[in-house]
Amino acid sequence: MRGNYAQTRRRQHAAPWLFLAPSLCGVTLFVLAPFAETVRRSFCDTLGRRAVGLANYQSVLQNAAFRLAVRNTVRFTAVCVPLLLGLSLLLALALRSRPLRGTRWAQRYRTTFLLPMAIPVASIALLWQVLFAQNGLLNTLLGTHCDFLGSDAAFWVLIATYVWKNAGYTSVLWSGGLDAIPKELYEAAAVDGAGAVRQFTAVTLPQLCPTLAGTGILSLLNTGKVFREAYLVAGAYPPQSIYLLQHLFNNWFLALDLPRLCAAAVLVALATLAGLAGLRVGKR
Amino acid sequence: MKKWFLLPFAALVWAPLWLLATAAVTGSAELQLTWGPALAGKGQAAWTLLPSWPTLQPILQLLLDTPEYFAAFWNTCAQVFPQMAGQLTVGAPAAWALSRLRFRGRRALQALYLILMLLPFQVTMVPAYLTLNTLGLMDTAWAVVLPGAFSTFPVFLMQRGFDTVPLPLLEAAAIDGAGPWQQFWRIGLPVGTPGVLAAMTVSFLDAWNALEQPMVFLPTPLRWPLSLYLTNMTGQDLALTMAASLFMLLPAVLIFAFGQPYLEQGILAGAVKG
Repeated sequence: MRGNYAQTRRRQHAAPWLFLAPSLCGVTLFVLAPFAETVRRSFCDTLGRRAVGLANYQSVLQNAAFRLAVRNTVRFTAVCVPLLLGLSLLLALALRSRPLRGTRWAQRYRTTFLLPMAIPVASIALLWQVLFAQNGLLNTLLGTHCDFLGSDAAFWVLIATYVWKNAGYTSVLWSGGLDAIPKELYEAAAVDGAGAVRQFTAVTLPQLCPTLAGTGILSLLNTGKVFREAYLVAGAYPPQSIYLLQHLFNNWFLALDLPRLCAAAVLVALATLAGLAGLRVGKR
Repeated sequence: MKKWFLLPFAALVWAPLWLLATAAVTGSAELQLTWGPALAGKGQAAWTLLPSWPTLQPILQLLLDTPEYFAAFWNTCAQVFPQMAGQLTVGAPAAWALSRLRFRGRRALQALYLILMLLPFQVTMVPAYLTLNTLGLMDTAWAVVLPGAFSTFPVFLMQRGFDTVPLPLLEAAAIDGAGPWQQFWRIGLPVGTPGVLAAMTVSFLDAWNALEQPMVFLPTPLRWPLSLYLTNMTGQDLALTMAASLFMLLPAVLIFAFGQPYLEQGILAGAVKG
């Protein structure tokens, strides 16, 4: 009996690793191991044989296109994540407010706003061009003659498309957090004489903090996919205002400029890690 | 009154879909007249609520006389479904272990998976390329399928679904003699199904929409999926392109309609935990 017990214990110790093994193997093969090689190559010449020290990093950091792409990517993230979080919170609150709450209309709206996440970029690529071109439908509607896709306006078209695509999904995430706030808190606040605005700032916002982490992470994750929308808005050769890191990486990839590509990948990875560490410290 | 005030925003969703649907049944001559100016840069594009001469001609031409379209459609399927099957068979057990099993190194692995999920494609494309190139898989469907199958994003979503399985239930099963595998197969999967389906829905939409992966890993246009084929279909017949756009949209909307309840459930289950 004792031997049997020990065997069971051993099996229980091995179990998690057996469950994880296929996934870990794949991740090691396609990300972790080659990432080590990426780091090594970032210090080497094109053939990956001779060490060149920090020359690749220097070349990347001095590259004007790289700086532009970093600036645009940072600017984009800094504008659209807060904008998306705020607007989708408003949307979630609107869908839960009194006359709408729990009605068929609320569900219809929810479906409507979730729908854009299902619309493939390629399906609306041509439509977007027709809508936003200088002689396009939007200009016809507004009676203007603005080149939305060729100028700095392209940046805002990109932001609008991003919010359009993700607002529904993010508002459902918020909605989960709003559901988790105990009703008693609102009742207590009402007894203390707090109005709707005061209830929102004193109860809703602080109670939403745990949800903010999850929602923020998923929003951030989706900004990484914004290249698709940029491609949708402007194709492979976008105006300067929406030239993103992914465009630059594609160009260097086509040119098979591996040393610079590796150095840039390491830099972006470091920046992502630093950002995450910053968020963690901020949370504490 | 209040239920109407969101309508203008809803219109922002429905108007493009309406334009897409009506354009697909408009003849190319008429479309050239109304939308042509926007692309040609001469004259001014015009709005039409309904086509004056509705016709199925573009759709028929697409379905009966455009072999490239079918090739691209097939490429998409060959890249999306194996990838999803991989995510399911590899990701679900991993998510189960990270969510419900206690072992040393669990927190570190959770952190690792989260970081891998958040790394932008620019970072992971270089390592993936190095491996694919070594294995000689570049420019094949595997180049898109394999890195996607081991993506940690579905693991993250499924993990949140499995978090809802009560631990006492598993302890009771263990006392009754159920091994780790039985606990996963008999309790975890049935109870965690909404989370798994939510993850699969998101994965499908993501893979159906994939652009940067095929762009980098598939240099030959013959192997391009629909997403890439369509975005490069410029200069072709407008009406035909719109019909193709509509037919690319339909599977995504169907899967979305099927997955939406799980999506809301799965998201909610995760969000409450924060």
